Amino acid sequence: MPVDPYVVPAVDGVAYGLLVFVAASGLVLCFGVAGILNLAHGTLFAIGGYTAAALLDGGWASLALALAVGVLAATAAGALVAVLLTRVAAAGHLTQALVTFGVALAGGSLLVAAFGPDDPPVRVPAALDGSVAVAGHRYAAYRLVFILVAAVLAGLLHLVVRRTRAGMLVRAAVDDAEMVATLGVSPAVVRFGVLAAAGALAGAAGVLGAPIIGPGPGTADAVLLLSLVVVVLGGLGSMTGTLLAALAVGQIQTLGVALVPSAAPFLLFAAMAVVLAVRARGLATARRAT
Amino acid sequence: MRDRAVRALRVAVAVAVLVGLVAAPWTVDDYTVALLARTLALGLVAVSVALLTGVAGLPTLGQTAPYAAGAYAGAVVGGQLSDVGPVHLLVAAGAGAALAVVALPLVLPARGVVLLMITLAVGELAVVLAGRWTSVTGGTDGLAGIAATRPLWGLPVLATDRARYLYTLVAVAALTGLVLLVLRGRVGLLLRAGRDDEARLRASGHRVAAHVAGVHVAAGAIAGAAGSLLVTAQQYVSPADFGFDTSALLLLGVVVGGTASVGGALVGAVLVVAARDWLFGALPGQAPLVLGLAFVVVAHLLPTARRTRRAGRGGSATPRPSEVRRPPAVTGVRA
Repeated sequence: MPVDPYVVPAVDGVAYGLLVFVAASGLVLCFGVAGILNLAHGTLFAIGGYTAAALLDGGWASLALALAVGVLAATAAGALVAVLLTRVAAAGHLTQALVTFGVALAGGSLLVAAFGPDDPPVRVPAALDGSVAVAGHRYAAYRLVFILVAAVLAGLLHLVVRRTRAGMLVRAAVDDAEMVATLGVSPAVVRFGVLAAAGALAGAAGVLGAPIIGPGPGTADAVLLLSLVVVVLGGLGSMTGTLLAALAVGQIQTLGVALVPSAAPFLLFAAMAVVLAVRARGLATARRAT
Repeated sequence: MRDRAVRALRVAVAVAVLVGLVAAPWTVDDYTVALLARTLALGLVAVSVALLTGVAGLPTLGQTAPYAAGAYAGAVVGGQLSDVGPVHLLVAAGAGAALAVVALPLVLPARGVVLLMITLAVGELAVVLAGRWTSVTGGTDGLAGIAATRPLWGLPVLATDRARYLYTLVAVAALTGLVLLVLRGRVGLLLRAGRDDEARLRASGHRVAAHVAGVHVAAGAIAGAAGSLLVTAQQYVSPADFGFDTSALLLLGVVVGGTASVGGALVGAVLVVAARDWLFGALPGQAPLVLGLAFVVVAHLLPTARRTRRAGRGGSATPRPSEVRRPPAVTGVRA
């Protein structure tokens, strides 16, 4: 089988996978630290995407502005979710699901009211609007640069979680929230910070990824689904696992569709079933070992 | 005091809704009756959600998956076998149960938020599948022109909105009654015991995994049967019927109805879905916004969510600090 026609989808898959990783990492943080399933996560991504569509005009300055505005807006939305959740913190996860879904529904409606019901076009900086030659193929320059930027973001995230004091507090809160509280750090503050940081990550992914997964009324749902699948596949809380799962999902969505178009609808489902069937025992023992 | 008032209000609302449902075909116009028939089908899915979430303590956002499987199986396979409603119901229930069996390895080890997450992913993937498997499901255009069904062998086909509504009402009442009857016995006790203290139930020699698997498959069958009722009621089916917002509406209905109450879930879901349909007519542009705010407000107002959680933690009267927030390690999470 000639490899040649599949180079472009494979590189596309890497870009797609890294984008999904940056979007999903916020969900992993929320879920891992606070035990919160944030159903509004896709909406936070859409905020970034709409900001990019509204502000980008082909120049570098507009990209920086869109990134700043998009990240700020999504962080604020994440903080709003955190505030709403703090008031029902004692209630169960069903209530949390209701609150976060309510935010997703209202937020999506506000976004459509503000930006219209169509998918707005996104203009990338003019310098990146062309294509470059990769191994004899023409390939969109923006996506190549995005791969680099997203890889840097993933590395930074790893460093922050592993090496900084804030990251250590977050990891400590995962392992034993009460012990962190006795050290004088309120777990509520940690939770608030994590939800806001997750919003910032989703906003950054939304702005930078707008040329790949564009903003539109269906974006929030699509991103939430992809993030969920990636988080579940990645082992529910492990950053490394999430990265691997995101890259695999990226390949399934691009290379898999190019290789076996007829089976395309089933690929994501099948991958999830296979990985979970193999891993189910491991997940279960990890949970029971407490 | 407040709890008693809420309970009295719930009973009054439930009676009013049930009377309204029975009287509806003779008091409201055909369009509303057709909408109500669809609402009743959703109410039956809510019964399956309450069975899992409230009775067995397994929160779910993914009952739209067996619901969709039942709807498509009832329309495609059932339509070729026979035009009799109960055959469609059986086929659809079988399809829903089969989908639940396929999903079992994913849901069996999970509890709590992890389960919410996995079921949501399964439900969403099922909808994506329904949208893309165009040769069978008709894709996002849906399946139109589904033949009318007969309520029983030898009876005329259901030709009017009122007839279809009455068929749906009878089927939903029968299936909900069956669930309530089964829950009154040993099965109900075992499921509630598993919800309240799983470790203790396992220690006394019960096979909790088998109970969990059983209730999942049963709930899948009920949701599948509801799918067949949806097809009968609206003679059309498309992936839009099973979207993410449908799962969330069902969850809201179940919480409004009092999480652990199967009958309450039916009434709650009917109320919530009817309110949604009314809102979309009354405020065409702002309906999702109002609905979203309603979700947040209900979550803050209802005492139920708080009560059931404490009840679901082993029934100790004074919640220890560790019970206010489940230790994250229980979910197997490592950052």
